[in-house]
Amino acid sequence: MSHKIIVPIGPYHPLQEEPEYFQLYVEGEKVVDIDIIIGYNHRGIEKLSESKHFDQVPFLVERICGICSSSHPYAYCLAVENILGGEANIVPEKALYIRTIIDELQRIHSHLLWLGLAGHFIGYNTVWMWAWKYREPVLDMFEMVTGNRNNYAMFKVGGVRRDLKDEDIPILKKMLDELSPGVDLFRGAIMDDPVIKMRLKGVGVLTRQQVVDWCVVGPTARASGVNMDIRRDEPYGVSDRLDWKVILEKDGDIFCKTIVRILELYESISIIRQSLNKMPKDGPIDAGVKDIPAGEGIGRVEAPRGECFHYIKSDGTNRPVRHKIRSPSFMNVASDKVSAVGGTISDATLTLAAVDPCYCCTERVAVINKTDKCKVMNGWDLIKLSQEKTLKLKEGYYGRPE
Amino acid sequence: MNMRDRIKESLQDKIKDWQEKYIKRVYFSIDKKDIFEVTQVLFRGLELRLITISATDMPDYFEIIYHFSNDPAGEIYSVRVTLADKLKPEIQSITPLLPAAEWIERETWEMLGINFKGHPNLKKLLLNEDWPENDYPLRNKK
Repeated sequence: MSHKIIVPIGPYHPLQEEPEYFQLYVEGEKVVDIDIIIGYNHRGIEKLSESKHFDQVPFLVERICGICSSSHPYAYCLAVENILGGEANIVPEKALYIRTIIDELQRIHSHLLWLGLAGHFIGYNTVWMWAWKYREPVLDMFEMVTGNRNNYAMFKVGGVRRDLKDEDIPILKKMLDELSPGVDLFRGAIMDDPVIKMRLKGVGVLTRQQVVDWCVVGPTARASGVNMDIRRDEPYGVSDRLDWKVILEKDGDIFCKTIVRILELYESISIIRQSLNKMPKDGPIDAGVKDIPAGEGIGRVEAPRGECFHYIKSDGTNRPVRHKIRSPSFMNVASDKVSAVGGTISDATLTLAAVDPCYCCTERVAVINKTDKCKVMNGWDLIKLSQEKTLKLKEGYYGRPE
Repeated sequence: MNMRDRIKESLQDKIKDWQEKYIKRVYFSIDKKDIFEVTQVLFRGLELRLITISATDMPDYFEIIYHFSNDPAGEIYSVRVTLADKLKPEIQSITPLLPAAEWIERETWEMLGINFKGHPNLKKLLLNEDWPENDYPLRNKK
């Protein structure tokens, strides 16, 4: 091929849930380079945080992202509690359990959301519909416990804002029981389907070395065999008192990333069940922290996409001097540079989506001067390409429908 | 040998002001000129993961902290560097060694105006290309 074609994706398209802009450089079908331009969602939250007092910041950071909207306030609270002497030393017992329950419920709803989108990208719209059908009761659980389907406003330094009512616990358990058959359904539908296997195996591979070099975190790293999970490495809430395991896969392709997320759903359900059983019946839920001394603290939690990191510097006043936020997608999206290059265009959307990118978190995807040789394809064209490839595989396997 | 001793042994006199402030949180300072070498030891030698870089505009200096995570033990080692020159803050880039630092350094550069010498692609990441020169959002305004 003598000349390269540039394929811009984004930034604004009705089918994309968030503004993003990738610029793919292709030669024929093959992607040879990729440019990621981000920043369309930048809202200056780090700076804003310096003008809020410590009790207001959780409400602000919760709005960084609607999907992981409990990870950010949780990591922030851990950072402040780090200055105060650590979560385990100041937060009351019952609050620790409630924190873990909210954090895991969020992981279930986030993984189901991703599963639905991935299903849609490969042309399995049934997976999409069913995943989102099962996600709905999870949001109902949130509504029941916190009053909100998103932006839960549960976290505060030293505890949680709302108690979990005794009469809600049996209802929550029943809803979890109804969720498990749904997860079984996805496990069967994805692990046993030969076409999905052909479509996802060996696509968008991120090797173990690439994971290390690009400091990739979360399920994306675990799918490549890197054994890390903040919940186990640096336990928070009650994650060290419960029985669960870290899910690992070896190959680093999209199939492995899917499997990791599906199996994690089981672990999360199990964690919530155990927490509901072990949680003390009553007791305080808030330590009533008043002043934050001068110092610096780091808090991190395992968000659905990986490690979410908050750094707080305090000078003894009621506002942070510096609040540094690093979301997991910031590291994971950057690694698209290695996972998408070398693949074909029809795999590109899927590869880019496989890290479960969250642009509100990264806030941030390609603008290059268009050359005359530029061929414009939009997001929908790419999803179509991806769906067509699945269809071809399907016809190859089952034969063309009459 | 645990990670603390291994770091102390391999960096020796490069470490200044070693502080174990809280459980699993270690802060230490190094000289600005040593950053590339220290990163090499921590990232390639001891296989720590770079979490991020946080920079702060302090009244008399700029402070950059490189946060490294020792995942198996759940510890964070924060390497502090002080840039005394308020007018022209500069430090060597670690991107040639550690690809993950590319975006992080670009963000720090556009937000605080700290120049990373030797960065292969130092351009705007989050801010628009036409953002005014010499206006850095996270610097303290008088």
